[in-house]
Amino acid sequence: MGRYILRRLLIAIPTVAVISFVVFAILALAPTDPLSSFGADPRVPPEVRAAIRTSLGLDDPWPVRYVKWVTSLAQGNFGFSFMSHSPVIDLLKQRLPNTLAVVGVAYIIGVVLAIPIGMISAVKRYSLFDHFATTFAFVGFSVPTFFTGILLIIVFSINLRWFPFIYDSTLVIHDLSSFLDQVKQSIMPITVLALFDTATIARYTRAEMLEHLPLDYVRTARSKGLKEQAVVLQHVLRNSLIPVVTLVALGVPTVFGGAIVTEQIFRVPGIGELLVRSIGDGDTPVVTAILLIFAVLVVLFNLFADILYAVLDPRIKYS
Amino acid sequence: MAAPATQLTTGRVLASPIVRPSRSLWKDAWWQFRRHRLAMVSLGTLIFLIVFTLLGPLVYHTKTDIIDFTLSLKGPSSEHLLGTDDLGRDLLARLMFGGRISIAVGIFSVILAITLGTTIGAAAGFFSRLDNPLMRLTDLFLSLPVLPLLLVIIYLFRDTLRATFGAELGIFLMIVGVIGVLNWMPVARLVRAQFLSLKQKEFVEAARSVGAKNGRIIVRHILPNALSPILVAATIGVGGAILTESTLSFLGLGFPSDVPTWGRILYDARNYLDIAPHWAIFPGLLIFLTVLSINFIGDGLRDALDPRKTS
Amino acid sequence: MRWRSTLAISFSAVILAAACAQTGTPSTSPGQSAGGSPAASGGAAAFKRGDGGQLNILYWQAPTILNPHQATGTKDSDASRLILEPLASYGPDGKPLANGLAAEIPTVANGEVSADFTTVTWKLRQGVKWSDGTAFTADDVAFTFTYVADAATAATTNSSTQGVKSVVAKDPNTVVVTYDAPNPNVYQYGVGYVSNGGILQKAQYAGCAGAKAKDCPADLKPIGTGPYMLDTFKPGDVVTYKANPNFRDPNKPYFKTVQLKGGGDAESSARAVFQTGDEDYSWNLQVAANILQPMIAASTKGKMLSVYGSSVERILINFADPNAAGDLRGEPSTKHPFFNGPDGLLVRKALAMATDRQTVANQLYGGGLTGKPGCNIITGVPDFESTATTSFCAAFDPVAAGKMLDDAGWKLGSDNIRAKNGIKLKLTYNTTVNAVRQATQAIMKTNWEKAGFSVTLLQTPAATFFTNTSPDGANHFWSDIEMFTNNSDPDPTSYLDGWTTKQIAQKSNGWQLGNYNRYSDPTFDGYVTQLRTETDPAKRATLIKQANDNLILNVVIIPIVTRTQVTSGISTTIKGDTPTGWDSEMYNIADWYK
Repeated sequence: MGRYILRRLLIAIPTVAVISFVVFAILALAPTDPLSSFGADPRVPPEVRAAIRTSLGLDDPWPVRYVKWVTSLAQGNFGFSFMSHSPVIDLLKQRLPNTLAVVGVAYIIGVVLAIPIGMISAVKRYSLFDHFATTFAFVGFSVPTFFTGILLIIVFSINLRWFPFIYDSTLVIHDLSSFLDQVKQSIMPITVLALFDTATIARYTRAEMLEHLPLDYVRTARSKGLKEQAVVLQHVLRNSLIPVVTLVALGVPTVFGGAIVTEQIFRVPGIGELLVRSIGDGDTPVVTAILLIFAVLVVLFNLFADILYAVLDPRIKYS
Repeated sequence: MAAPATQLTTGRVLASPIVRPSRSLWKDAWWQFRRHRLAMVSLGTLIFLIVFTLLGPLVYHTKTDIIDFTLSLKGPSSEHLLGTDDLGRDLLARLMFGGRISIAVGIFSVILAITLGTTIGAAAGFFSRLDNPLMRLTDLFLSLPVLPLLLVIIYLFRDTLRATFGAELGIFLMIVGVIGVLNWMPVARLVRAQFLSLKQKEFVEAARSVGAKNGRIIVRHILPNALSPILVAATIGVGGAILTESTLSFLGLGFPSDVPTWGRILYDARNYLDIAPHWAIFPGLLIFLTVLSINFIGDGLRDALDPRKTS
Repeated sequence: MRWRSTLAISFSAVILAAACAQTGTPSTSPGQSAGGSPAASGGAAAFKRGDGGQLNILYWQAPTILNPHQATGTKDSDASRLILEPLASYGPDGKPLANGLAAEIPTVANGEVSADFTTVTWKLRQGVKWSDGTAFTADDVAFTFTYVADAATAATTNSSTQGVKSVVAKDPNTVVVTYDAPNPNVYQYGVGYVSNGGILQKAQYAGCAGAKAKDCPADLKPIGTGPYMLDTFKPGDVVTYKANPNFRDPNKPYFKTVQLKGGGDAESSARAVFQTGDEDYSWNLQVAANILQPMIAASTKGKMLSVYGSSVERILINFADPNAAGDLRGEPSTKHPFFNGPDGLLVRKALAMATDRQTVANQLYGGGLTGKPGCNIITGVPDFESTATTSFCAAFDPVAAGKMLDDAGWKLGSDNIRAKNGIKLKLTYNTTVNAVRQATQAIMKTNWEKAGFSVTLLQTPAATFFTNTSPDGANHFWSDIEMFTNNSDPDPTSYLDGWTTKQIAQKSNGWQLGNYNRYSDPTFDGYVTQLRTETDPAKRATLIKQANDNLILNVVIIPIVTRTQVTSGISTTIKGDTPTGWDSEMYNIADWYK
């Protein structure tokens, strides 16, 4: 196993390199422009636009820019944002806490809620609870987050006045009341996100447990006099976890990538919001940095999932 | 750790090729399926929805694009059964017209994604040699920036596709292709994980020992046991695809704004939630019904095809 | 999970599209504006500095930089306006207003503008200090000019320095601006924050000119002379300010602190000012009138500021052939099959006649709430507003338009599309992704099809639409007609230049130039040439109107709606804001109070 992990880590380097190249090429080819928000404004004439593109280094062919980017990255430098003239790493540092506080928390809540819900749904299949959970989950899949977000704002911000819908990133938590303020301002975005995460993971947990419940080993365990609870938790759950582990691992990088829509609706200055805005602005240094980190996380967490498979099912062998 | 039980399965697997011709497998499945009441109701609902979108306009003659501001944002009435939108256009007519596209996009793009994902995942999980290259490819696709990628696709291919396949079909194929190609990766990883685990089990050994070929082992023995996450992915995916379709049009990749797909109507209605809730509720409900019924059909299918269930 | 993420990413596409589209929509340009309140800035204030608590401002686009010369949109320019000041602003009447660093507005009458319109002498206010306590002098003004004029700085305000020979500090309180040649627009350099940006502190920016401008830390924390100074700035998120203790007016500003939060969408921004009252000022609420009107009507907390400038939502007609074979798409050497043929003018007129601007303005723009029916491309300055186009635009009649085509031999085919000599009147109609624009497209399509055109709608995200590299962009204009908004400074010379022959956008100039229509008319070119040198105000006004009428009556463009330049929500408790349609919306923030 140790050698396998080492080999995978070594393969990860060229993998990430290839990914970064492809990503860079896509960004270079995509028709976006740092100056598009000026529209056709005669106050920013073509000469000025050309000068700005030159000053940003956009005149070089993109393979040249890629080499320059890799070179500076090798020195630990993500570069400067075109839009704010500040180091990309500073922007990421400013945004990561907000993303973790909202998207990360939502993800954890989602996973923690989903597994028991999925289990109960499976054990008590077609019970009232199961039908309720199923309906709820499918509301989650058919109603997009932009919609739930606005619905929550109308109900809880505008009609009830319980929670603010404009996230204040300048809030510093130093006592109980400021902590409560933080809870109030993040509860709606967390709810929107956790709804979806819970629904998805619960469906997979349920489906996989249903596969295992009728199997012989479960009967054997029961016939040995084990309590139902122990049977479900120790035997069925463990054997049902492989798809769940796959999904949870696939989801972690997306946490870092942020929840673009939800961040936008509730004005949470997270990574997702930064990414989508930077794409629109053609702010390549920011976009490439985020995507590179995202790619590294994808590779690492998929490796992590592979390791977990072997723990969950010792018969799985990698060569 | 409990030993996974396989005798039943193994017995079935061994028996099936010899005793039962494959037609009766499907007959069996249909018999099983019919006993699943929720699945039957759902099948009925889905058929109704398809008929509603295909044949509805033949019965309900109101046009989709008549603008009348005096009727703007009116709730359901005898004139306009489901009410009107911001420009006073009839919502029922628009939902019927747009629904064909939404349902077709939802189903076909999910079929594409599932097929791709299952094939790649099965190959990677079953053949150790292919595992690494295929999974690194999956990593690459998972890391691709979807938004700029779509812009590039439009930039490079929009006109060509329009010219090659004609406006309507070209756009449809492009949407299905894009959604399918950008969504197979989780399925591939799920299927691979199942295969890694299942291929070590006794019934696979047993099948191999009686001389079954790889292809047969994959399709007849392992795949049915890996079906449940695939079906979940598929049912969840339909809703996602219906909603994604509408967003593609915002990038200039989808149908133009005058084609009222369900996702698009829902998107347009979102800021009118407090003024004209009906506008959002009906498309939302239709998407919900579609996704839910496909889910229960999936449930029923899984039960019907379950190799462990003997009939 | 991945389904989620795809979904998220794709809906983010909507946001990308919509958000930018709205930039494109409301103001394609950074030129927003605010009105200087001469009364408040001149008169005795009814308050003392720091009497108020916090002022909350919401922009649905977040500022990313606080140097107006490096701004990439109105949001940046406006956010920096609290800190930095120009020499002078454009007031609500479109005329210069001395609410900045200049003590008065130079004119020929007061002798500060030379009779030949080449030199302008600016007298600066005495005793002004930077927020760090150091003295502001004419050197800072001269330095700012050098910074902006240096091509390597790549300032977005650079065009304000074009044709300026020098800006010299004559003494600590006097600056002399000299133009290369007589410039009828003598306020080109010096007036207006949008086009000129603010005066930078030489001490802070000395190391930032030229090639070093792109990684200048000062851009995130400029020192200014304005009423507020920076407290914290998170690019793309929020700016907090506090009252500048060294501001030249001892009683201003009223608020102790200001928070300018960015991000989100226009619709919920409207909710924040009208429904919850969380925000005191909410920028650029360009949303459909039927969302806005009920909110405003029911609101006890906020009201709408609607102020016109020069923004016009217009349709452009392509004179080149967007479907020409090979490399010739959109080249001026090709001719549009029906807009630029022998019947070109007639077909264009029919299209204009079938354009229902009244319905669009009343239903989508709230009949004056965010826009009114418009018929001129030059609008906002009363002296320049033509009346010769009124009757032409009043004649909305798709049936008559169809008849006009019929009489000229454009007969309806079995497919309900008019055709002549095998040429069908089939149009593609491109614009940015934006709810109001898509509703406009739907209305246009209905009426044009009544007249016998066939219309295919296209939408492009604004980020792609407003770039010269995209085949779906406004510059390439590879569709038959396209629609967007644009605006200009009070002097429209450079704006009108965008329809002259030498400005035609084509492949050889990288689609960079401003004449997207590929319109070419020596008469029109002549008007613009004369405007460059004519100094007599009355003759200038005539030339501007002639140029306007040329574009409208020849149906080069079809103006639809004259849009408000300021379209913001403001709390009913805020006083002292007298917005202008010609300058930054924050131009008189020093005068705001509760």
